[in-house]
Amino acid sequence: MSRNISIPGAIDAAAAMPSSALEADGITKSFRDRKTEVKVLDGLSLTVQPGQFASIIGPSGSGKSTLFHIIGGLLKPDAGAIRMNGSDVTGQKGRIAYMPQQPALFPWRTALDNVLLPRELSGMPKEQARDEARILMERAGLSGFENAYPDTLSGGMQQRTAFLRTLMSPQEVMCLDEPFSALDALTRTDMQHWLLDMWEADRRSVLMITHHIEEALLLSDVVYVMSNRPAAILQKIEVPFARPRSEALLHQPAFLALKQEISDRMRNELRKS
Amino acid sequence: MRMWWKDVWPPVVAVLLFLGAWQAAVYMFHIEDWILPSPAGIAREAASGAQGLPGHTLATLRLTLTGFVIGTAVGFIIALILHMLPGLKTALYPLLVVSQNVPTIALAPLLMIWFGFGMLPKIIVITLVCFFPVAVAAMDGLARTDRTMMNYMQMAGAGRWQTFSKLELPHALPSLFSGLRIAATYSVMGAVIGEWIGSDRGIGYYMMLQKSAYRTDRVFVAIVIVVLLSLLMVGLITLLEKRLIRWNAKSREVSR
Repeated sequence: MSRNISIPGAIDAAAAMPSSALEADGITKSFRDRKTEVKVLDGLSLTVQPGQFASIIGPSGSGKSTLFHIIGGLLKPDAGAIRMNGSDVTGQKGRIAYMPQQPALFPWRTALDNVLLPRELSGMPKEQARDEARILMERAGLSGFENAYPDTLSGGMQQRTAFLRTLMSPQEVMCLDEPFSALDALTRTDMQHWLLDMWEADRRSVLMITHHIEEALLLSDVVYVMSNRPAAILQKIEVPFARPRSEALLHQPAFLALKQEISDRMRNELRKS
Repeated sequence: MRMWWKDVWPPVVAVLLFLGAWQAAVYMFHIEDWILPSPAGIAREAASGAQGLPGHTLATLRLTLTGFVIGTAVGFIIALILHMLPGLKTALYPLLVVSQNVPTIALAPLLMIWFGFGMLPKIIVITLVCFFPVAVAAMDGLARTDRTMMNYMQMAGAGRWQTFSKLELPHALPSLFSGLRIAATYSVMGAVIGEWIGSDRGIGYYMMLQKSAYRTDRVFVAIVIVVLLSLLMVGLITLLEKRLIRWNAKSREVSR
């Protein structure tokens, strides 16, 4: 088994290259609650290479969403920088294609109009975006639901629509914030394979937050394990399995062993707190 | 149709029972017509068509609609300004609330003194009663924009105007309409009060005239017309709401 585990802080050869699609470098962030200061992120660093699917797994409440808000420019880090293709984009909005934890579809827009929203925001005429969105929905198995309003769609279909909206964003890097956490186990598995197929078709750079180890291993090229609060990267795991991947992978001994290892690591981390 | 009827018959029965009790009370206790006419008497008077009543009704309707449009527009603009400038909102919000504690009935005569007997003082009265529910409801709706959707829009790099027109405004629409519905009934009341104070036509004027003549039955006819006008206004708003807010599952069911 060839596995590349790097120790946090050690200089990764890939990270030093200026071509990484997204790089978080030493991100530190504290929140002030009355008089006590809570440190949420402590020198967190990670990189996403172009066309790479990267995941962050970590205990809940470890500041994963805060990290996304910093990458998305909603919050400014106390220290550290966000870089894209080598240029500093810290605090800039509109640089990532974001998929929030809840689908957050606009209830007054049909599924189709929700999907094409990012194109509208970037100033594309609605008619042109409509054709593109329709093709995408067909590819995603959502044809026939173009004119349905979100409240008539099932949870899984809402998530698919929200993912397509992210896919329609012109920004190169997609940031998915626990995209399947609100779904039941069966739908979740279904969605993981759907996402795998959708992503393997055009391989955008992805950074996904999850607390589901199997999901992270199945989908990702690289998995970052996050520590407890204040969060930093504990471990970087290069996932060795070849693509395209299928459901059969879930039962391979190598997959199970890796899953067990991460699970132990996370349990140890939880016990520390 | 069946479902619709299910919702309608209980209030209809309640009103019929009430009218029946009223008719019986007037009959049994021999109440004089000029104190309290019976429902049948009022209906007879309404059917006989008191002179000029349609004209008065039309005048009130015109005044109500004009005042409602101006009043709600003022309310909406105030909401927009205060939403965009939170500092100003903190400063002016208490004053808005205080403005509602000034009794319209006391203010109306002053407005007549200042602005004469034309349309203007009456429009001002209606605006004063209409703007508040609209402003408060719109501000509330705008302030309660879904946090996740807002984060999404900002991370997507949406500008101030895009955020407003594509998220905040549609999100605030249902709330805005609940304010509009209140303003719709208030506008009829405002118009009638305006006509009481100084006018030579309209239902309010007609009501004052009949009151001085102790034609209680005609006063009741006027009351019925005011109620119907209010219902008409609310109906118009509900219709508009259903046209504009189609994503709401409940309203969609009804329109299909």
